[in-house]
Amino acid sequence: MNTLVLVEHDNSSVNDATLAVVTAAGKLGEVHALVAGHNCGSVAESAAKIAGVAKVLKADDAAYGDFLAENVAPLAAGLMESYDAFLAPATTSGKNIAPRVAAHLDVMQISDILSVEGGKTFTRPIYAGNAIATVESSDPKLVITVRGTAFDKAATEGGSATIEDASGPGDAGLSSFVSREVADGGDRPELASAKIIVSGGRALKDSETFAQVINPLADKLGAAIGASRAAVDAGYVPNDYQVGQTGKIVAPDVYIAIGISGAIQHLAGMKDSKVIIAINKDEDAPIFQVADIGLVADLYNAVPELTGALG
Amino acid sequence: MKILVPVKRVIDYNVKPRVKADGTGVDLANVKMSMNPFDEIAVEEAIRIKEAGKAEEIIAVSVGPAKAQETLRTALAMGADRAILVETDEEVEPLAVAKILKAIADEEQPGLIVLGKQSISDDSNQTGQMLAALMGRPQGTFANTVEVDGDSVAVKREIDGGLETVKLSLPAIVTTDLRLNEPRYASLPNIMKAKKKPLDAKSPADYGVDIAPRLTTTNVAEPPVRQAGEKVEDVAALVEKIKALGIA
Ligand SMILES: Cc1cc2nc3c(=O)[nH]c(=O)nc-3n(C[C@H](O)[C@H](O)[C@H](O)COP(=O)(O)OP(=O)(O)OC[C@H]3O[C@@H](n4cnc5c(N)ncnc54)[C@H](O)[C@@H]3O)c2cc1C
Ligand SMILES: Cc1cc2nc3c(=O)[nH]c(=O)nc-3n(C[C@H](O)[C@H](O)[C@H](O)COP(=O)(O)OP(=O)(O)OC[C@H]3O[C@@H](n4cnc5c(N)ncnc54)[C@H](O)[C@@H]3O)c2cc1C
Repeated sequence: MNTLVLVEHDNSSVNDATLAVVTAAGKLGEVHALVAGHNCGSVAESAAKIAGVAKVLKADDAAYGDFLAENVAPLAAGLMESYDAFLAPATTSGKNIAPRVAAHLDVMQISDILSVEGGKTFTRPIYAGNAIATVESSDPKLVITVRGTAFDKAATEGGSATIEDASGPGDAGLSSFVSREVADGGDRPELASAKIIVSGGRALKDSETFAQVINPLADKLGAAIGASRAAVDAGYVPNDYQVGQTGKIVAPDVYIAIGISGAIQHLAGMKDSKVIIAINKDEDAPIFQVADIGLVADLYNAVPELTGALG
Repeated sequence: MKILVPVKRVIDYNVKPRVKADGTGVDLANVKMSMNPFDEIAVEEAIRIKEAGKAEEIIAVSVGPAKAQETLRTALAMGADRAILVETDEEVEPLAVAKILKAIADEEQPGLIVLGKQSISDDSNQTGQMLAALMGRPQGTFANTVEVDGDSVAVKREIDGGLETVKLSLPAIVTTDLRLNEPRYASLPNIMKAKKKPLDAKSPADYGVDIAPRLTTTNVAEPPVRQAGEKVEDVAALVEKIKALGIA
């Protein structure tokens, strides 16, 4: 089987989410990587070094520079004539583009796969991960999004793929990019790939309190910061901090939930973490049902004390 | 301008889904069902655009069993003007739903179609994007803010790194994210009024769409269950545990 992987990038470097997709694609067959962007030569070179990638298709065009689905999807769909499967990361960018590719090819997408069970058979979570469905496709081609936490990351070195130029219809003339507001996390690791995450919930009151209580602990641990939907809705932190069914899916080595009750929608996003630590003043909070280590305490005393003790 | 709002009847978000013992699916017998929360946000957004004088009519559509009428009545009670039920007892996959919606859009010629970004049952997150592709129209997915301005719409989108704004020419497809708005509750008088609003019943065949599934679900299983661990007495004990993990 020949597979085409959509490389996620920012025109300068490959996003880590791509690496898990390469691993998933490798279970199906030969892996080619599509780098669609503008002035994205360095990305194509990095993609060519990813272990397991046999060929890189580089579509360098201003129309692809902002990854607009209206422009990238027809390009990918056109290239799919020579491939059996298209795989993209289940990130906001992959989720934006892949279904559009699937519709162009008249096939049903298989969303957010957790495993490859056979050439056409995959597992995927449904109902906020409360059930795992095994699904088999009868379509002639596959379009798949891959859950990054479910597959090992391919090595970023070791490959020596050839790079070929590819082109597509270019600008569909339907949409244009206006602006992007991307928060600069400074030295803080990215939420999706962090080894340690400190997450805060509604109990943190407001953005100042959230920052005063959560940030110092995260700094001590070199951790990324996450949040429940309640904390995001209330404006304590930006939207992309949300962990959960409808936010980011994370699986760090250690997840510390502070003042988070543990609603199923939140658990759906973090219950595959290796170790879960919970601090909550309510001993019956559902978060304790999944926590490996729980502390029943008022966070306003416990967290500063913890941060101090980790000195 | 008309706005089309597809709404789906799903398990209520407060209910913990249970997998059937025979592995054929999730047990939905006697389970509370509601409108998909993202679709409530979609209906609300359509109403706000209409209230701002930028749309004349809101049409709610659902593809599903006869009971999906209740979901449509909810949309009507919130403020949609009329509804279309495309009735089927089959499970319809997003691609087929998108084809039905395209056929309806061909008839109704809406300027905007607002969908949920994902249903909380199947979590597919596909229908809106597929519909946009089939119609050859632009998409503003995971919308945080929607501003209709003449013959275009600016959509601020919730993306992994933060927010992004795109400008789309109308007609366009928008899918809602959680922070787009807070949906209103339907008032009792509006619930009464909604009973009199028109609701057309159709079938997938009326639109000439083949809804045969492309995917077969061969098994549905419980995920591995996480066991609760231990509770520690105090912060000092927690510090010991954290040090033992080797992260501090
Ligand atoms: C369609 C839909 C999608 C959703 N998607 C998501 C999602 O992706 N992610 C998500 O997180 N949620 C999601 N939710 C929301 C979810 O249902 C919960 O409402 C939310 O997770 C609750 O956030 P919380 O735990 O911070 O708040 P709460 O449930 O209010 O919990 C606050 C907790 O803090 C504790 N607490 C209070 N004060 C203190 C103190 N001083 N010290 C210690 N503990 C204290 C309380 O005991 C309580 O357990 C979704 C909901 C819907 C309807
Ligand atoms: C084991 C199993 C059991 C299932 N059980 C059920 C079930 O009991 N009931 C059920 O409805 N589905 C069920 N499904 C899902 C069903 O088969 C389709 O996959 C699903 O209806 C479409 O995916 P989605 O709603 O997640 O699409 P998404 O792409 O996530 O939906 C996005 C948006 O599209 C619109 N939309 C989607 N579907 C419709 C629709 N039918 N009518 C109007 N607008 C729509 C809504 O605006 C929605 O917010 C089940 C799936 C599996 C695997």
